[in-house]
This record gives sequence, structure tokens and C-alpha cells, in this order.
Amino acid sequence: MAATEQTVEQVRAVTEQKYKYGFTTEIESDLAPKGLNEDIVRFISAKKGEPEWLLEWRLQAYRHWLTMEEPTWAMVDFPKIDYQDSHYYAAPKAAKDKPKSLDEVDPELLATYEKLGIPLKEQAILAGVEGAGEMPAVAVDAVFDSVSVATTFKKKLEEKGIIFCSISEAIREHPELVRKYMGSVVPYSDNYYATLNCAVFTDGSFVYIPKGVRCPMELSTYFRINASNTGQFERTLIIADEGSYVSYLEGCTAPMRDENQLHAAVVELVAMDDATIKYSTVQNWYPGDENGKGGIYNFVTKRGACRGKNSKISWTQVETGSAITWKYPSCILQGDNSVGEFYSVAITNNYQQADTGTKMIHIGKNTRSTIVAKGISAGKAQSTYRGLVRILPKAEGARNYTQCDSLLIGDKCGAHTVPYIESRNRTARVEHEATTAKISEDQLFYCRARGLSEEDAVGLIVNGFCREVLKELPMEFAVEAQKLVAISLEGSVG
Amino acid sequence: MLEIKNLHATIDGKEILKGINLTINPGEVHAIMGPNGSGKSTLSYVLSGRDGYEVTEGSVTFQGKDLLAMEAEERAAEGVFLAFQYPVEIPGVSNTTFLKTALNAVRKHKGLPELDAMQFLKLIRAKAKALNMNDDMIKRAVNVGFSGGEKKRNDILQMAMLEPGFAILDETDSGLDIDALKLVADGVNSLRSPERSMLVITHYQRLLSYIVPDHVHVLAYGKIVRSGGKELALELEAKGYAEFGSPEAA
Repeated sequence: MAATEQTVEQVRAVTEQKYKYGFTTEIESDLAPKGLNEDIVRFISAKKGEPEWLLEWRLQAYRHWLTMEEPTWAMVDFPKIDYQDSHYYAAPKAAKDKPKSLDEVDPELLATYEKLGIPLKEQAILAGVEGAGEMPAVAVDAVFDSVSVATTFKKKLEEKGIIFCSISEAIREHPELVRKYMGSVVPYSDNYYATLNCAVFTDGSFVYIPKGVRCPMELSTYFRINASNTGQFERTLIIADEGSYVSYLEGCTAPMRDENQLHAAVVELVAMDDATIKYSTVQNWYPGDENGKGGIYNFVTKRGACRGKNSKISWTQVETGSAITWKYPSCILQGDNSVGEFYSVAITNNYQQADTGTKMIHIGKNTRSTIVAKGISAGKAQSTYRGLVRILPKAEGARNYTQCDSLLIGDKCGAHTVPYIESRNRTARVEHEATTAKISEDQLFYCRARGLSEEDAVGLIVNGFCREVLKELPMEFAVEAQKLVAISLEGSVG
Repeated sequence: MLEIKNLHATIDGKEILKGINLTINPGEVHAIMGPNGSGKSTLSYVLSGRDGYEVTEGSVTFQGKDLLAMEAEERAAEGVFLAFQYPVEIPGVSNTTFLKTALNAVRKHKGLPELDAMQFLKLIRAKAKALNMNDDMIKRAVNVGFSGGEKKRNDILQMAMLEPGFAILDETDSGLDIDALKLVADGVNSLRSPERSMLVITHYQRLLSYIVPDHVHVLAYGKIVRSGGKELALELEAKGYAEFGSPEAA
């Protein structure tokens, strides 16, 4: 049960402190000079030893980015970002030459991941699997600042033909796959932050599941921003070939810092005929302090393409961290009978702002989508659900069901629901339900009269409110998420 | 076990309890009857520690401890239980999760080890069976979609699980038809023991035919105006509360 125990232990440690991930690791970083220009783009590309076509693509994106304006339509408010004031590349020095095995990874880094509770050591995980019986194993790719430091379980996955590695390695080892799919879901000109990512992305994870293979374990990436004044721009690309299945988990943490740190990732998913991708995120970036100082700006573009018939992409996200969250994991339902799902819990406390939701684009016949979004606001936080359901003319028999529920704690926070629905096929059916509620005094007293502390009561009530979403998470994550939900609301009542 | 002395309490500055004196010994069941607005529910909330009520005078000791100095959850952990007039719904939280969290909080307070999932399930199944509740009811979300009778039985199940030393039953009969009332009363009676005291708050004598009290008190306009044995309930049923006057007289 080592893996489970580790998770439980981690959760216990989490409950002891409001944001326990607020430590920094003393590692010498290999930094690019501050600022952004074509030379920096070339510097990053050269550092990673990339092929010419990729550098060209980056430069194309950078030049396009210069012509773009920061989007202002979201319900978020923040001072203008000075893009010249960040480092666009930070690598732990010891990891400059990519380690060949875990033994070569800087022990300081391993210690950091251990603090985070990531079971990075394969032995520990293996031991955990043996003891755990049906408990699935988790293969982990860990990204520290800009560089992927270790990927576990690679050998075991290779036996099935599964590729799970850092995107840098994929560019070197599997350029044909990367070239074919990268930018095919989120084009380089897509939006301000995604375009910036295309120009300066540094690392991330790559997954390829071959035809007919069911990935035997959860694949997981942990992202951690450590160095100050660095932006983190990862790129994740997951391809599920015909008839394959994969479940992927993403976790994020960052140290406490006064200044805001920028995080602008791009995630692309591609599902071919009869393939299923389940993508789960527990986002716990540093949210800033009670007065709204510091915290991560999380401007992320996540999109999945259901290219093949009967394919399915399911997004589950638990968003508890970040000062600002701007994120709309989406599905392009191209293949006939393909299915898109979006399950979301977004919790905002103190001065946090979240504008999050999804886009479901129905192109193929009989495509179906389900959206369940739960927003919880406490303190002075603002939370917005923004969702687009678009049914194109050829999407005969398309269906969507959307449910948005908001829960308010206290009287200084806000919840907003902004659904956009466009249907251009008369056989399509689109349903939207929305509710807003407050945690009632009656509920709190009922729980307390049974022996629960006020904070435990809030945790329990909010977890109940989010249940439909949390039950979509893989088990190991669900426990952690439940605790996170409770912790992120500490001090929100009374 | 429980000693209430000269208890005065206000809500929003208005005095509702105007000097209550009551002693309840281990194993005794006391009934409090009275007209609407006499302060019956206020008394139950003041004893269980609900926010918003201010005690301006007097004391309450429970098993030798100052009850009024404790938060609601501490009182629950010490063994004070309130069966609600209107049990509250908690969507998405199963009865088992709710009760397991509550029971383990109480056990922790008492210095007992927490129950694991298997031990807990075994216990709740046994208790539910004794109360004629099926497995389905304990798996459903707390009180969500429950009938009036089911909600009350669910509260009694919670009481059976938490094993309080002192239970307050606030208008447990309200909204129940006679069959449901009997089921709930059977549940309560099965929990009577020489160590457990109860305070049954009700408008009507009806409930007291099934949960037979040792003592009956009449609460009118913030004071206990009369006390007697179980026959007092029958007398009140016949005569009504008129003889205890109006708010102005008190």
C-alpha cells in the first residue's frame, strides 16, 4: 500500500498547513536572460537541441504573437503583465545534461518531489503495487521549472509500445509523431497565451498509446515552478490511436512568492477511432495570500480533438489554486458518435479569481457532450463559468447537457454563469441547468450538533456539493482532492 | 446529570427564557410541554449551543462540566444530542460518510481510536436494522428525498450511533402520521437506558403515550410554571394551556 499510504501521508501533511508547498529548493538554476525576443526563442530552441522546423515554428508563433492583443473578455482583473520582466528558460543546473536514469537526478530535486508526495522512485511504487492489489500503478513525469527531470516506469510502458516521456525527448526520439500532431489541435495562432507558449515552451509531457492498447497504469505529470521570476510554459501532447485507452493525471504546485508568476501551458489531446482519453487535473498552484498578494496567473489552453468515430475525451478538473485561472478545456467532436465530457470544480477564496469552463464543438453526427461545472466562492473571490456549446450544421442528432451549480460562502464573493449556445442543426438537443445556493446556517449547525467542527462541516458540505465531479477522478486523486477542497476553504466561515 | 439553574436567554435582544430551573438525573425522561412561543425550541438550541442565542444569566452543568462554555461540537462530543424538529438536508453527502465523520470526531474527543470503514459499516448496519431502516437509507444523501418520518428515524439512527448521555428530542412528533410516530417512538424507547437521560419537547400529549416520561413540565412564556408526573400531560391535553396565562401576564 506504499503508494496509497504516501498519498494519505501527503494529505495529512497538507492539512497541517494552509499551503504547505510554499517551500523553495536551493538548486542552482541555469537561467536565460530576462526578456523576450527572437534571440531568446533561438536560445531556448538551441538549449534543447531542436530541429530546424521546430525553431521555424516557434519563430512563426513569436512573430504572430507580436501582432496579438491580450484578451480582456474574461471576468478577471489584474495589472498589466510586463512580458520583458520574466525569465523564459530556467533549468536546474544539474539537469542540464538530461539524466539517463533516476540515479543521476540531483538528490535535491528528488527530495523536493518527495516533499510533494510524488512517488517518483519506481521501487516505492512497485512495492506499493504489489501490496495494493487492485490499486493501479502511477507512472510519473516530473517537470521542475522548465525541464522534465524524470519519467518513471518507462520500460514497463515500452513493452506495450506506449511512449511516455518529456516532450523534449519526444522531439528528439519521435519527431515524426510530434511534427504530425503538435499544433494540430491548438494551432500556433490560436490565442494570445497559447501563441506565446508555442514560441517559448520549454518542456512538458508526451504520450502515445498505440492501436488497441489499454494503458495499464495511470500516467501522471507533476509540475512545479521553483525559480523566481520565471514563467512556466509546458506543452503536453497526448495521442490515443485507434481503440486505445489512457487515463492521465496532472498535478501542479508552486512555492509561495510575493510576485505573481505566469503559467501559460498548452495541452493537446488527439483521440482516433474508438479511443478514449481521460484527463484529470488537480490544480493547486499558490493562490496568493489573504490580501491577494502573489500567486500564479494560470492562463492555460487545453483542447482535445475527438478525430475518430466513437472516440471519447473526458476532462475532469479540480481548480483550487492560482491567483487567476483562465482555462477552458474543450472538445472538438469531429468523429461521428464521439463523446466529450467536462467535469469541473473551481474553488476560489480570498482574492482569487477564476474564469473557467469549456467549449464543446459538435461537428460529427450523433455527437454527445456533458458538462457539469461546480463553482464555489468564498471570501472576496469571484468565480465565473463560461461555456460554449456549438452545434454545426452537419451534427445530426447532437446532444448536450450542461449543469452549472454555484455555491457561495459569505456575502462578499460572487458567482457568474455565462453560457453561449449556438445550434445550427434542428435535430440537435441542448439542455442547460444552473443553480446558485449558499451554505445555510441550518446545515452548519446540524453538522456541529453531531460533533463536527465548523471547518470540517464546511469541507463536508462542499465535498457533497462537488461529489458528481470528484467521483470522476481516479481513486488516488480523489482522496487528495477532497482534502484540498476542504483546505482551500479554511478560514472562509466564522 | 444535567442541571439548569435560573437560565435566561435572549435572541436579538429579546428575552425568551426567563429563569429556567430543571434537574435531570441519569436515566430519567422529562417532557416539556407548552404553547407556541413559550421558548421550547429556544431551550433546545441554547442547550445544544446554536449561535445567535445569548445567555444573560444562569448556568447549565452537564456531568459536572459547564455546558455553556462549550462550542456546539464540543457539547455533541461530550454527549449532548439534539434530534431536530426539521432535520437538515445535505446533498451529495451520504449518511454513512456523515455519520462516520461525526462518530470519529466524537470518538477522538473521548480519546478512543477512530473506527475504520469495515468496523463502522458493521456497526451502522446493526443499528439501522434495530431501527427497521434498510441499507438503502443509510447509503442515501443525508435526509435528501426522505419523507418526514424517514428524516426523524434518520435522526434517531444518528443518536443510536453517537450514544449520547443526554438527548433532546425537539418536537419529534411534528409532521408524523401515527404509523411513523410509532416507529420513531419505538426507536427512542429502545435507546432508553439507566445511563441516558432525555428531554422530550412537544406540543401534544400524543407522543407521550408512546414515549412515557418520568416527569412532565409546562413551559410558558419563558418559565417552567408547573411540574408533575406523566398524568400532567393528560390533564393538559384535556384543559389546554389557557390557565397559564398570556405573554403579558408572565
